[in-house]
Amino acid sequence: MTHLTLPVVLFAVIATATAISAVAVVAERNVVRMAIWLLFTLIGVSLLYFLLGAEFVGAAQMIVYVGGTLVLVVFGVMLTAQGPLRELRTSRLEWIVGGTLGGALFALLVFVSLQFGSRTSADDVLPGVGPLGLSFLGVSETTPSENLRGVPEHSPMKRAPVAYLLPFEIVSVHLLVVLIGAAYLARAKRRVKP
Amino acid sequence: MNDVGLIPFLMLSGFLFACGVTCVAVKRNAVAVLMGVELILNSANVNLVAFARFTPAFRLEGQVFTLMVIVLAAAEAAIALAIILNFYNNHATVDVDEAKDLKG
Repeated sequence: MTHLTLPVVLFAVIATATAISAVAVVAERNVVRMAIWLLFTLIGVSLLYFLLGAEFVGAAQMIVYVGGTLVLVVFGVMLTAQGPLRELRTSRLEWIVGGTLGGALFALLVFVSLQFGSRTSADDVLPGVGPLGLSFLGVSETTPSENLRGVPEHSPMKRAPVAYLLPFEIVSVHLLVVLIGAAYLARAKRRVKP
Repeated sequence: MNDVGLIPFLMLSGFLFACGVTCVAVKRNAVAVLMGVELILNSANVNLVAFARFTPAFRLEGQVFTLMVIVLAAAEAAIALAIILNFYNNHATVDVDEAKDLKG
């Protein structure tokens, strides 16, 4: 833990950058700058995924969040942030209440996460794109070496041959329905002349 | 990666969560509230991937759930922005304090 190896240094740098930009999202008053700070937070989280060895999740975070969701948010900012709406001020009392709430939540979460003790993983890496995609397609791998990846050899825990085809389909159809509904909700309405 | 351990990731995730909750509670701009929700979802994702890395039985599940949360967050952002744009068209404001038409 105290050794200053490359992962520790990388984690420290990335986590610090992510935390600072998350604080800046909260503290910034201008909504356009908030979007830019959120961009840095999302990129930092994506780098954390790469650091953890989850390359596909990191790439998906980078593409979907940074490339999709954040662009959507920036468009929302551009369409609505006009004049005084760009900087809405919050009263001091609300800042105190919200800050106290956030601080209490953070203290509680730190307290809970300290209960886990130091847990170290086996040296094998997270399953890569291949097993992930196969599990999404509903194909459970059959070769013994692949089947046991991620589960140690003589471990009492054996993974059930689960696959995620149905949740994948539900999520994709849900995304389609939601996008059609969003396009319908946000369409340009023809104003009726009085 | 064993040098870092699980707890720093959990702490960072808790910090992001607290920032998101504060953002949702404090901001008055509806788009800013949406950004707070994105922060909260990201903190949950960090937790999922960290547990997938450090718990042998959740190698696949953590990543799968993270991907689903990412997709659902994209859908949520799309529908929330559509609602916000609709509200802006009708009321010419995005201040959530002004959204009290349903108030009894």
